[in-house]
Amino acid sequence: MSGFYEVNGKQVPHDEEGYITNLSDWSKELAEVIAKNEGIDMTDEHWEVVNFLREYYDEYQIAPAIRVLVKAMKKKFGPEKGNNKYLYELFPYGPAKQACKIAGLPKPTGCV
Amino acid sequence: MSELEKNPDTAAEELPPEALEDPLYFDPEPKEGAAAHIRSFPAAPEFQEALGYPGERPENWKEVVLDKMQDLRGKFRSFRLFLDICVKCGSCTDKCHYYMGTADPKNMPVGRQDLLRSVYRRYFTLPGKWFPSLVGARELTEEVLDEWYTYYFQCSECRRCSVYCPYGIDTAEITMAAREILDSVGVGMKYTNEIIGKVFKVGNNLGLPKPALESTLEDLEEEIEEDTGVKVRLPLDEPADILLVTPSADFFAEPHIDGLIGYAKVFHATGAKWTLSSYASEAANFAMFIGSYENMRRVALRIRKAAIDLGVKRIIIGECGHAWRAAYQFLNTLAGPFDFLDPNYPVPQHICEYTWDAIQQGKLRFNKEENDFYKMTFHDSCNVARASRMGDYPGGQFDIPRNIIKAVCNYYYDMPEGTIKEETLCCGGGGGLLTDDLMELRKKGGSPRMKALKHVAEEHGVNKMAAICAICKTQFSKIMPYFGFAMDDIMSVHQLVSNAIVLPGSIQEKELMEEEQEEKTPDAAE
Repeated sequence: MSGFYEVNGKQVPHDEEGYITNLSDWSKELAEVIAKNEGIDMTDEHWEVVNFLREYYDEYQIAPAIRVLVKAMKKKFGPEKGNNKYLYELFPYGPAKQACKIAGLPKPTGCV
Repeated sequence: MSELEKNPDTAAEELPPEALEDPLYFDPEPKEGAAAHIRSFPAAPEFQEALGYPGERPENWKEVVLDKMQDLRGKFRSFRLFLDICVKCGSCTDKCHYYMGTADPKNMPVGRQDLLRSVYRRYFTLPGKWFPSLVGARELTEEVLDEWYTYYFQCSECRRCSVYCPYGIDTAEITMAAREILDSVGVGMKYTNEIIGKVFKVGNNLGLPKPALESTLEDLEEEIEEDTGVKVRLPLDEPADILLVTPSADFFAEPHIDGLIGYAKVFHATGAKWTLSSYASEAANFAMFIGSYENMRRVALRIRKAAIDLGVKRIIIGECGHAWRAAYQFLNTLAGPFDFLDPNYPVPQHICEYTWDAIQQGKLRFNKEENDFYKMTFHDSCNVARASRMGDYPGGQFDIPRNIIKAVCNYYYDMPEGTIKEETLCCGGGGGLLTDDLMELRKKGGSPRMKALKHVAEEHGVNKMAAICAICKTQFSKIMPYFGFAMDDIMSVHQLVSNAIVLPGSIQEKELMEEEQEEKTPDAAE
């Protein structure tokens, strides 16, 4: 069901699946709250992914393909962290959907 | 299938011993209401309105529903025939993967049809008007509408049941009609209807705008050059002979994107002048899933416009099951005539037909050993298998993809009879059900296919399954971990082509030449 995240005494609305309704509501504090809700403790690596998603979204109005994300991670951290498996360890429900939720971006739709 | 790739909080499902004997085994005891709680998220008014439907249920909704039924009854003889003709013989009852998976009798194809048939009888047949209780006729009520929404969104329109029906009743048509009736009173599904709106707004299901598409394609060109040493292009909006229309998942997710790389390599190797279009950057047509002729036409017309604007001679469709049905069966009536295209080629053509032609003409060279890690099987996607064809003879749609796989892989094994070709089992996510809110249904509906796969895994050591449908690929990559497989055990057919193809002037060609040289002169090195 749609509802609200509580951040610093403020209510931020989200849809049935936990994606925030107004993208401008996003803040780092909110990301921590969403992550906690998803059972994820945000580490530097999580933040690296979330920041990359937000930058990419700023430029292209869509989240990047996982392949693009993997490449970016590889460039930054080397092949050990720049691979699919590692990203799924960070975001078990899928780096595209779960990381987008935490980054305050809309869910990728379609056959993905 | 490494442990790491499995979804961490799900253990592989234990199968009863009977399941390993018979892949179509399921507990035969029906459980009334077992799937009644499985409901997809309804569409918000904005998503409904974008498709020309009311945003909310109108006051006179009963009248609208009955008018719509009357309208469909007049327009489609099949709809009327299918509702009139069922004799309750029971042939279909155990053929639906959702019934096998949920045991809910309303997921028996006849049970599902009867949800609508009972209302049809009450208002459109004489016995139903006079003696409703004698002929299983019932009033249209709010509960009925609710039940329609629940169970007509538990059908993937895969048409397996129709193969076994002695009258050929097509449950998919009834499901499509039911969804159209529901939409006409503002009751729509979020997943399908939000997505159709995105196609109208951005050009594809994903909502991928042109600059993002451009950047993705450039990235892929770089990647192919790194891997092969050959400049293979993925042109966008360029004048060309061939327009490739492919599901937008091919631009975004694995293993779809590896298939796209495969198409590009095949086009390169055959010297084709081809292009993608940012305007028609989607082969899928979800309007088919909701039985909406008008919206289906709007989506299809985008392909026509792109073909004219780019001045192409041929249209080729990428690996997407229902898109192939929408294109093969309906493109001409929805958006034709295509008299501006080259009459020497079928309109449209499937990418597998194109590749298989090129293989037969000896235009492609392969090193099959590149796929030697894989023991392959092939999942026939329902809309390709039961609703369309490939090549110029019946059954071509079964042979051509298998022929391609066998041309590029050394190990191939079919899953058991009764689960392949025209009897293929749905992946469990087709027909507009590929949404997270239906995950329980997707797992249960996918279980018969997973059992059949387990069969060949144990018997022949099969470790990968290939498919030519974006929905199937995504569905399997999500549910496979629940059944002891890894998410990347599903592959694109053109991914296998991509692995094995030896492009002229490539690193792979050079390596092969060196190997051949060494074999010819074994002593030269000493």
